[in-house]
Amino acid sequence: MNSVITIAAKEIQQAIRNRWVLAATLLLAGLALSLTFLGSAPTGTVGARALDVVIVSLSSLTIFLIPLIALLIAHDAIVGDMERGTMLLLLSYPVARWQVLLGKFLGHLAVLAFATCLGYGAAAAALPIIGSSFDSEGLAAFAAMIGSSILLGAVFVAIGYLVSAVVRDRGTAAGLCIGLWLALVLIYDMALLGLLVLDQGRNISGGMLNALLLLNPTDAYRLFNLTGFANVSLFSGMAGLAGSSTLSVQALLTALVLWILVPLAGAALAFSRREL
Amino acid sequence: MTATIHIADVIKHYNKVEAVRGVSFDLAAGEMVALIGHNGAGKTTLMKMMLGLIRPTRGTIAVLGENPAAGEFSSRRQLGYLPENVAFDAALSGRETQAFYARLKREPVQEALALLDIVGLGDAAKRRVNTYSKGMRQRLGLAQALIGRPRVLLLDEPTTGLDPELRQTFYDVIQKLAAEGTTVLLSSHALTELEERAGRVIIMNRGLKVADGTLEELRRLARLPTRIRVKVANLPPAGRPAWLPATASYRRINGHIVEIDAAPNEKIELLRRATADGTAVQDLELIPPNLDELYAHFLRHAERPQ
Repeated sequence: MNSVITIAAKEIQQAIRNRWVLAATLLLAGLALSLTFLGSAPTGTVGARALDVVIVSLSSLTIFLIPLIALLIAHDAIVGDMERGTMLLLLSYPVARWQVLLGKFLGHLAVLAFATCLGYGAAAAALPIIGSSFDSEGLAAFAAMIGSSILLGAVFVAIGYLVSAVVRDRGTAAGLCIGLWLALVLIYDMALLGLLVLDQGRNISGGMLNALLLLNPTDAYRLFNLTGFANVSLFSGMAGLAGSSTLSVQALLTALVLWILVPLAGAALAFSRREL
Repeated sequence: MTATIHIADVIKHYNKVEAVRGVSFDLAAGEMVALIGHNGAGKTTLMKMMLGLIRPTRGTIAVLGENPAAGEFSSRRQLGYLPENVAFDAALSGRETQAFYARLKREPVQEALALLDIVGLGDAAKRRVNTYSKGMRQRLGLAQALIGRPRVLLLDEPTTGLDPELRQTFYDVIQKLAAEGTTVLLSSHALTELEERAGRVIIMNRGLKVADGTLEELRRLARLPTRIRVKVANLPPAGRPAWLPATASYRRINGHIVEIDAAPNEKIELLRRATADGTAVQDLELIPPNLDELYAHFLRHAERPQ
């Protein structure tokens, strides 16, 4: 376990040096703050629950941005170190390959978690400035949003590692990751929507729709945040779906955790079989 | 004497390429062994197999009693490795890099940092690695390989990019380790500098071991001529000196030096004749075949169809 922590600490140190931490934090904080200030405009002062609006807009932001940042950090983790030659030396030390992978994962996750907490926390801290209050339920929803955002980040770090462990060179890894991001973040939902429209509810049952939603981690994240809390779902326009959705919060979280574990295990397997 | 590295009938195929074709040798504690051969002769592949980074297609490897490819890596704590073209994470400083590797080996960080001074990196240790020259990266590579007084040192082209002064320091350090019982295996192209230092030489060619032994043993096996240089007073401008047998091949250098190629069994006889009365020999120099010549000889020998 010591080796895992040593490697994680080095990854964090590198991310600070390379200004990854700074860039990610500033990007998230900047966008979150502008959403907070701009997003409160339509509700005006009448909307007492500005926090709920912020949660809705921030979780939509997360779906685009967090996977992108996670893949940017992760796609290079294995194949990049192999190309640069640093992996050769590292693996000659008394560490197992799974320890290297886990150490990198924890390090990268810590960077993402730090950026998310600080960036989104800034948005929450700014709310009293614009004169809106929030209750404990709103705070719980906000905390859940931050937690699940980190979880979503972990999913895409794991996916990035899987790509990085399988492909031969960095260019391929980058291309594949951009493709995956487009597919999971944009195309999947559009295709699903198109499918539902075409199908007119004839063949696709509710159970099947649920399964299709769980097959994409970004949808699991969206459902978790937009339907999980009554007030939020009211604002997100997904109250109807929340009522009819048979997916429990537990099921959504389980799906997200599986989306972390399965790619990570795949990455560990592919990495352990690679020859340098 | 127990072997620290045991390699038996090891074969390694990369798809269709046979990188190593049935190599066996044992290395003992305290041995300093030079592994020489062309690029692609299988030297790096052998080292990577000893580290467990790649698995042999067939054959057995044991390093400090463990099979390196079986996922056992406790023996790697006692092993130092310097890869060819060593690379480090550019964002970290030399000190941070060295401390990181010391922690991975669970060795005291302070002792590891002291190694940076030994390799002459003390002043630059706080700078980031991406500002380092090739020679400085090589020094850092050596420093990390020496962490924790390893019992086995695998050095792949260790002295490329090092200035002559540092080469001397480098050989001093590893010779001291070898004297304390470390097995040192180093591959190099710089044959002349290995000649005086390596107790044993293993020559590889196209994945095969073509020679293995001390320099004296290899000289005996190769039966290469020793060059005898004789300085003769009043050497006639042309023609063979009278004392030289008709069969001996020779060259004239600078007008007053004769260089004779003497086969091992003719050597003494030739010396007697040259130093006999009335030959006007003023000075004499014996040059045994050097490692370059031995290497070339064994390669020619290996290339010849049998």
